[in-house]
Amino acid sequence: MVTLGDYLLVSGLLFTMGFAGAMLRRNIIIILMSLELMLNAANLSLVAFSRFRVDQTGLPNYNAQVFVFFIITVAAAEVAVGLAIVVALYRSRQTTHVEDLASLKF
Amino acid sequence: MMPVWLFWLFALLMLVFGAAVVINRNPVASALSLVVSFLGLAALFISLDAYFIGVIQILVYAGAVMVLFLFIIMLLDLRAEKLRRINWVASAGGLAVALAFFVQVSYVVGHFKAAARPFPPLPKSTGDDVQNIGLVLFTNYNLPFQIIGVLVLVATVGVIVLSQRETR
Repeated sequence: MVTLGDYLLVSGLLFTMGFAGAMLRRNIIIILMSLELMLNAANLSLVAFSRFRVDQTGLPNYNAQVFVFFIITVAAAEVAVGLAIVVALYRSRQTTHVEDLASLKF
Repeated sequence: MMPVWLFWLFALLMLVFGAAVVINRNPVASALSLVVSFLGLAALFISLDAYFIGVIQILVYAGAVMVLFLFIIMLLDLRAEKLRRINWVASAGGLAVALAFFVQVSYVVGHFKAAARPFPPLPKSTGDDVQNIGLVLFTNYNLPFQIIGVLVLVATVGVIVLSQRETR
């Protein structure tokens, strides 16, 4: 029998991978992908809680699923803006390596 | 709910390819691993009876966001990274913080009484999943929905401004 704890542990493991990727990798595009992994780990735990809290009508708690819907929308907008910034940055510096981008003004 | 072995199969798929995103040196391989990882995640959403969320996960992430990532990687012509001198202190620090986070999560989940209970059963006919979410979205969350529309518009305008060539 799969329990709520299993889903939460899997979600925590996915978040840890995204977090480690954001800390360890030095390529901006990989860091953006790791951010997506972290957002999706949060989504998984929200949906698991939504299914766990069945209310009086016998339906899952849809508030959490609406929240996940909003998170997916914001994540899509974030990726679009982030990748546009990466392209603009690449055009002026010819690199996507964060250690080469240490100065704030150039 | 789906059988237990299917849950572990999809969870393993998601975690293995999630790790591959971080480990791969080639950005194209990372992006394709991310697609497989999101497919496993969508299967987990469907296992939680959240059909609508599972479908938009595939449509938005595997369909739109990943194409955007691959497009940018191809546009910038990124090759596999060359080995650089690794800053071992910073890497060990990052790994230690990530592991400490996971130990904390597993400790909290282990001491969380409700986490050991199985999921309560749903009645035979829960109605249409999309209809139920739409009802909640357009009645209780109407204002946030409008605001998120403005956010997407602002993002669109921002991307167009950012991708213009500077003309002085």
